[in-house]
Amino acid sequence: MSNPRVAGAGVTKFGKHPERTGRDLFAEAGLEALDQSGVDPDDVDALFYGNFMGELAEHQGHQGPLMAEAIGLDVPATRFEAACASAGATVRAAVKDLRNGEADVIVVGGAERMTNIGTAAATDALAIAADDLYEVRAGMTFPGAYALMARSYFEAYGGSREDLAHIAVKNHEHALVNDHAQIQKEITVEDALEAPTIASPLGLYDSCPITDGAAAAVLTSEAYAEDHGLDAPVAVSGTGQGGDNLALQDRDHFAQTPAADKAAREAYADAGVSAADVDVAEVHDCFTIAEVLAIESLGLYERGEGITAATDGETSRHGDLPVNLSGGLKAKGHPVGATGVAQLATIAWVLDGSHPRADAVEDGRVGVCHNAGGTVASTTVHVLEVAE
Amino acid sequence: MIDAAPDGAYDAWLDSIEDDAPYYLECENGHGWLPPRRICPECRSRDLTEEPLPDSGEVTTHTTITVPTPQFEDDAPYVTAVVDFGPVSITGIVRGIDPEDVAIGTVVGLEVGERVTTGDRAVVFRPR
Repeated sequence: MSNPRVAGAGVTKFGKHPERTGRDLFAEAGLEALDQSGVDPDDVDALFYGNFMGELAEHQGHQGPLMAEAIGLDVPATRFEAACASAGATVRAAVKDLRNGEADVIVVGGAERMTNIGTAAATDALAIAADDLYEVRAGMTFPGAYALMARSYFEAYGGSREDLAHIAVKNHEHALVNDHAQIQKEITVEDALEAPTIASPLGLYDSCPITDGAAAAVLTSEAYAEDHGLDAPVAVSGTGQGGDNLALQDRDHFAQTPAADKAAREAYADAGVSAADVDVAEVHDCFTIAEVLAIESLGLYERGEGITAATDGETSRHGDLPVNLSGGLKAKGHPVGATGVAQLATIAWVLDGSHPRADAVEDGRVGVCHNAGGTVASTTVHVLEVAE
Repeated sequence: MIDAAPDGAYDAWLDSIEDDAPYYLECENGHGWLPPRRICPECRSRDLTEEPLPDSGEVTTHTTITVPTPQFEDDAPYVTAVVDFGPVSITGIVRGIDPEDVAIGTVVGLEVGERVTTGDRAVVFRPR
């Protein structure tokens, strides 16, 4: 099986840009990715674009062709929507098409404009990734949904708000040197524990911020990269996706994420690696508890043991298995439709040594990206490896 | 804004709670779901029948929400919980108890209440 290469990637500064349109954000990231790739734009076969709340935030549907135009491409362009996993879904679709010979070059990515509508409307827009009839109408918000999962986790396996606080502290510290990050501010466990509650047991610092931003990457077939002498040392060697019931109430338990289990198993098998081979991970920590659920589903920790990984320092940049060197969604920010490709960019840059936290993983060869939609009703996992 | 249309089987289900005859849908293999459903996602049976919902259930997880959506602005803070009724679990708002006293295992009954903010119907649990 040939493994597509990451030829270039571009990420905007994540943060509050209420005056910037989605098309402007994506143009910045997409053009950066194209410029970095060394690929002739005439060789691009397609754009796969992720976005979740464009209709609500910008009154803009049909964003695929709009975004192709924004980066100067006249190619088939399709929007992917899988809530917060929208961009991960673009990577998966591109990998399949590049492998099966449908295409040689595909631009993947996504953008989200969120802060222009304010916190209340953004909370409302995010909530519709849940089941409208049975969850949203019962007052569910996204912090609320993850709070339900956090309480279930504590009940099933133990752990505390203090353990969650250590995850936030770690990810804030990781983001200090990431100029793409929305929040470059160190916090303490006490700060996190004393922050206002959003949905008990989760507080402000357990939650990712509301973010504007975009990310893009140019993926090519292995043959195209070799034929054109591209500087593209990192390959996507495994892809996986899993699904689950949309509503939490219809699942067997709320303290595990089986969609991510399935995606991880598939991606590892596809790449021919195991969890033990993973040197570094970017996981979907929209809330601190989500990082715990992610590293357990990825098989990096046994069920019930992920909760103390940050407390024990194992997932920090000084630990054996750095998680979220970018700062994660928690500190880097979470422009929903862009997140999966921002994760891919981070891992590619860590593995090729160009990320400011790359020194945390000396000689790292295998990285994994975990991108979850909703309360993990959809998840993509991608394995990236140094190919050259 | 787009005016909301009635939600058929869901509204009928809320009606059934108000009529003191709440039901759930059960497939021939005993898997329970809430309407609308045409197929059991577990076993793909299409033979779904309306069965009476148990009278009470137990809170399996809960949260007190202080940052709500605009549709719940005047309701906050409120408790959203998932309650296990046996064949099905249902998400709703817990009322009639101090939020601090809601716990996993609290036994509640099911009724239809109103959102403070909008007056729309909402699934409400009260301690039994």
